[in-house]
Amino acid sequence: MSAEFRGTDRYIATAELMEAVNAAMVLSRPLLIKGEPGTGKTLLATEIARSLDKPFFEWHIKSTTKAQQGLYEYDAVSRLRDSQLGDPRVKDIHNYIVKGDLWEAFDCDTQPVLLIDEIDKADIEFPNDLLRELDRMEFYVYETRETVRAKHRPVIIITSNNEKELPDAFLRRCFFHYIRFPDAATMTQIIDVHFPGLKRDLLHEALTTFFKIRETPGLKKKPTTSELLDWIKLLLTEDISPEVLRSDDAKKLIPPLYGALLKNEQDVHLFEQLLFLHRRNAR
Amino acid sequence: MLVRFFFLLRGAGVPVSITELLTLLEALKAGLGDLSAERFYYLARTCLVKDERYYDRYDRAFAAHFKGVEDVFALLQRELPEDWLAKLAEREFTDAEKAEIEALGGWQKLMETLRQRLEEQKERHQGGNKWIGTAGTSPFGAYGFNPEGVRVGQAGSRNRSAVKVWDRREFANLDDRVELGTRNIKIALRRLRRFARRGAPDELALADTIDATARCGGWLDIKMQAERRNVIKVLLLLDIGGSMDDHVKTCEELFSAARSEFKHLEHYYFHNFTYEALWRDNHRRFNEHIGTVDVMRTYGTDYKLILVGDATMSPYEITQAGGSVEHWNAEAGSVWLERLIKHYPKFAWINPQPQSRWGHTSSIEMTRELLDGRMYPLTLEGLDNAIDALV
Repeated sequence: MSAEFRGTDRYIATAELMEAVNAAMVLSRPLLIKGEPGTGKTLLATEIARSLDKPFFEWHIKSTTKAQQGLYEYDAVSRLRDSQLGDPRVKDIHNYIVKGDLWEAFDCDTQPVLLIDEIDKADIEFPNDLLRELDRMEFYVYETRETVRAKHRPVIIITSNNEKELPDAFLRRCFFHYIRFPDAATMTQIIDVHFPGLKRDLLHEALTTFFKIRETPGLKKKPTTSELLDWIKLLLTEDISPEVLRSDDAKKLIPPLYGALLKNEQDVHLFEQLLFLHRRNAR
Repeated sequence: MLVRFFFLLRGAGVPVSITELLTLLEALKAGLGDLSAERFYYLARTCLVKDERYYDRYDRAFAAHFKGVEDVFALLQRELPEDWLAKLAEREFTDAEKAEIEALGGWQKLMETLRQRLEEQKERHQGGNKWIGTAGTSPFGAYGFNPEGVRVGQAGSRNRSAVKVWDRREFANLDDRVELGTRNIKIALRRLRRFARRGAPDELALADTIDATARCGGWLDIKMQAERRNVIKVLLLLDIGGSMDDHVKTCEELFSAARSEFKHLEHYYFHNFTYEALWRDNHRRFNEHIGTVDVMRTYGTDYKLILVGDATMSPYEITQAGGSVEHWNAEAGSVWLERLIKHYPKFAWINPQPQSRWGHTSSIEMTRELLDGRMYPLTLEGLDNAIDALV
């Protein structure tokens, strides 16, 4: 059994997340991670690789990505050009097989970590095309008639933003974990990791403001962890004192540098209105 | 032990398969998750549950199993609405009985009898059922039967700290049946797409050309193909006005999503129920009608028929000739609906009214019967099922 994942100095993992990651590693099953955007889904894979000192491969999925591209591509155009130029390389088809990220990971001499990022962006059929590859960790190259097998079954982390439902057959082969939005205690830990030595009172005020904004009903996009971290960074560089955040001063309705937290004008507007109402009631 | 848990999960509506159970057993054998109940809870969830919307059901199933309480599963499938009791009364009593009770002493009396009946049933079927027994409360306190309150019971928990995790049920709001946004609707409707290349091959198939040329060792071999189009055809009939006013926003979302998703989308409006005429423009609904027969003649049987309406009206509007609230209809609405669904074998009725309320409105039940049960709530889950019926 390889080393366990326990989070890193840059990444706070909850007990449930560690359990999921370790189970996936021990049984070498792919781990499907879902959760609100900005809760560190993508970061998880890099951090696993970093903490356990494993090589890291990432495969970012776009709406046009085909499963085949992760395995290999046959570069027919190069071969055509070479044949016109009389290049001797043209005789060997191996010269025109371009390895994809999955092949690279299978070829690795130690157990690698492979991130398949945002699988839900791809076509609906995409996950189905990867069933055998993820299950048996092998695939067949038609052009050269060879089977590529993983030397070490990679730790596969798959992230999804829930834009499409994934097929059952695919889900059955995966472990699943939903990263819950961190509570205040975990959030404090996370911020500690990113901004060690942050003044207690500033941290407290920033967190209070942050959760207050998150609880505003009807927000189109709630601010998330990564946005909170950005905001604190801004607060630090602008050297804003905790008193400013605390003040319920009528003139300073909106928290300073709110642009890091609220990402569209309707939300800003809504927040302003709510604060306005709140102020009027307070009188 | 886990086999029972497995079936409890399935009974609670979490889709788990044998493969997943075996994976869990494999994980336990590998020494994972057996140190504490909490770790086991996380491990089992990772292995068995593949969607966060089932986390809540899993939590409830887990709590139930590990407290030795198993009878709550009939109730687990969904949250009970506040008017649960009234609904139960509807189910428990026949109409005649209801009338009789009404005559005898009204609601109070009805409740009394209902309680007695349930008490009897408990004796007969469930023996000394613990969750009602130890709780020591009547299940019908002040009309507010709360399955949760009863469920917890007083069973001394073996692992207190851990139990909290699943008793908190933090994922309650992730269950499906959420309100839809256009994006979600589009994703759902996208499943109805059928791409096909039809017509004259007038587009250069670049990949095919390169491939064919390369395979010919360099002799240029041009391949052509027809353009890829979504060939699905949809006929959308929307109920408008009256009781539908409450659902205007969701229906607009559905409509605009459908508009952008299907190229061949035809839509018409009706009021409350389908009769001999439909219209396209609500401002001119009284003078620009098109006959339902003409609609059926214009759009062939390969169209998929989607009706959107709350089906909430007086039963006469469905069953009786002349029952319409707006005009004199020579034939009953049910006749017209039957004609429509006979003509369009692929049909579905989407009802924006929450499914929990369907049982209270007899016109919804009647419509459902006419539709062979193909009525679906306007939620993601419902829409998915509707699409299944249409494909």
